[in-house]
Amino acid sequence: MSLSGAWYLGLAAIVFTIGAIGLLVRRNVLIMFMCIELMLNAANLTFVTFARMLHDIGGQAVVFFVLVVAAAEVVVGLGIVVTNFRRRSTTVADDLDSLKG
Amino acid sequence: MVHAAYLMLLFPLAGFLFLVAFGRRLGDPVAGWVGTIAVTAAFVVACMVLAGLIGLPADHRVVVHNYFTWFSSGGLSVPVGTLVDPLSMTMCMFVTGVSALIHLYSIGYMKSDRDYSKFFIYLNLFVFSMLLLVLANNLLLTFVGWEGVGVCSYWLVAFWFQRESAASAGKKAFIYNRIGDAGFLLAIFLIFEKTGTIQYESGPGGGIFGQLSHLGGGTATAAVLLLFLAATGKSAQIPLFNWLPDAMEGPTPVSALIHAATMVTAGVYLLCRMNPLLHLSTPGTVVIATIGAVTAFVAATIACAQQDIKKVLAFSTISQIGYMVLAVGSGAYIAAIFLMVCHAFFKGVLFLGAGSVIHGLEDEQDLKRMGALRRYMKWTTVTFTIGYLAIAGIPPLSGFWAKGDVLDNTFAHYKPLWVIGLVTAVLTAYYMSRLEILAFGGEPRFDQPGPHGEPPLHAPHESPWVMRLPLVVLAFFAFFGGVLDLPWVHTHNLESFLAPVFNGTLYNDNLAGGAEWALALTDIAAALAGVIVAAWLWRGAEVDKPALEPAFLQRVWYWDDFYDTIIGRPGQRLATFCAWVVDARVIDGAVNGTAHLVKVTGTAARKLQTGYARNYALGIALGMALIIAFMLSRTWWG
Repeated sequence: MSLSGAWYLGLAAIVFTIGAIGLLVRRNVLIMFMCIELMLNAANLTFVTFARMLHDIGGQAVVFFVLVVAAAEVVVGLGIVVTNFRRRSTTVADDLDSLKG
Repeated sequence: MVHAAYLMLLFPLAGFLFLVAFGRRLGDPVAGWVGTIAVTAAFVVACMVLAGLIGLPADHRVVVHNYFTWFSSGGLSVPVGTLVDPLSMTMCMFVTGVSALIHLYSIGYMKSDRDYSKFFIYLNLFVFSMLLLVLANNLLLTFVGWEGVGVCSYWLVAFWFQRESAASAGKKAFIYNRIGDAGFLLAIFLIFEKTGTIQYESGPGGGIFGQLSHLGGGTATAAVLLLFLAATGKSAQIPLFNWLPDAMEGPTPVSALIHAATMVTAGVYLLCRMNPLLHLSTPGTVVIATIGAVTAFVAATIACAQQDIKKVLAFSTISQIGYMVLAVGSGAYIAAIFLMVCHAFFKGVLFLGAGSVIHGLEDEQDLKRMGALRRYMKWTTVTFTIGYLAIAGIPPLSGFWAKGDVLDNTFAHYKPLWVIGLVTAVLTAYYMSRLEILAFGGEPRFDQPGPHGEPPLHAPHESPWVMRLPLVVLAFFAFFGGVLDLPWVHTHNLESFLAPVFNGTLYNDNLAGGAEWALALTDIAAALAGVIVAAWLWRGAEVDKPALEPAFLQRVWYWDDFYDTIIGRPGQRLATFCAWVVDARVIDGAVNGTAHLVKVTGTAARKLQTGYARNYALGIALGMALIIAFMLSRTWWG
């Protein structure tokens, strides 16, 4: 049996929401990164679903770009996290508040 | 040669430009000679144009020349052109002639002044502006010349601007003139609105004078009164006469050139030029005549009590111009022009004589510190005395004929004003005799310490020939100027020359021969009465006579104090109010208030900048949610 597109979209929405809420409530920078990855992948799932539903290969092509961007982002982001940990010995986001007004 | 009138304008303009470029390098005295030659050339051109004009038949003596269009806009086209007719040429002759002599005189008077070349730059520009005023063939170009002489007057009055009094006198002259100028502008607007043109003459039926039927009685009166307001400013009449005495702060040649001979007659010239318009408004001319008579009288009384030799002459000028305005108001334009020409001669010689005295006495202007100058300055004494007798109205000098002409016409039309004029004639003879006696008669007083402990002055010396020559020439004309228009000559004189300009607007004084004789004898009696009274009152060696110089007259009828009280002080209070309330509270308040508001908003808004990444992420998420909600709502309910 094949599931209709709505299920995939629903799953994507749930995954995205978990990622978004996780980003907002967690303090650990690494966890927040994982949440961002969740949200990106939820978006990817949406793209693929719509590509299938609309018979348009473009949506699947975008996913590859997103994967590349996500990989690059993780490289840069983890670099920042590692550097910051060396300087401040913390991975808690709330300790990084030197831009406070 | 009639068509070469533009050369008259170009010579002084060229002199001005040349001196602007090279004047400082040429210096003393070459710059002065350049200026003098430029104006003399203009005088020569004026003579040739006049000869050409006289060569034309009497009813063809109006030559209009448009050189180019200044600008045009809608129905208004303003040409740059000249109007050569007997009136403008009469003005040009004495303007250029007297100016040339005064330039020559200035070479000696301004010797070794710090700004020698600048003085001649201003003088040449002044002559150019004056000729532009006189020769222009439309009201707007006349206004350009009018403003030009005004600004030159300002520069020249404030020529020694390091002196506080000179600087403020310049400003005073300028501001008083501005009030008149506003009247002139409004008059131009009104005339253009009603006639659709600003040109004096442009062929048969054209120009302002061909379109006068479009002006109703009330409009004509308004236009006449506005023009007269302009004239009161430039010609120093009540209520705008106060600037002229203060203008004596300028160098004496300036007082002679601008404030006696030429510029102050511009107002009278304007009224004469607009004579067909004046003819439309009887109330207007009555106002003009009355103001003229009252000004003549008031200024003459003030002149009786002044101590400064130039102030006496300044008030005398106001008084004489009052006579001219009285003549214009009486419709006796030719008498006004006649007096204007003669006045240029005798007031020129009086001012230049006074300048010679001041020059010889180390810049002392106080009459009470002069005395017996006849023994030291023979040329000055003789020429000044001729000028004095002319203005006093002693026959057969020019002043007698000119003033007699004015008084005859006034007698024929406004007898009460004639009485004022006659009293003024007595006063004129009185104050001029007083001046003559105090300066040249009696015993020397300059070798005694001054009233405020000034050291005694050296014995005066006669002036150099460049200053004496203009005195002699002007004295000659002051003596014989009357032959221009003798009452028993009716052809080939000023009257028959000017008559076509005023054709149809000129009242004739229908006086019988007997009445004319009686009036002439009355004039002589008035002049002699003034002279005799002065000689008797000022006969002794005592010169401090407070009873003869009441403070009321010394303080100019408290006229300046009056203006100070009703305009100056409230103006100052308004300025103070603006400075300390409007500026300090309202404007600064608005500026500071804006800054304060920004500061408060900023302080409140900085609390949003928590520095926690999750807060920002929340913001983004909420924003996204809102946008999505909005778009969904548009989809479902839109």
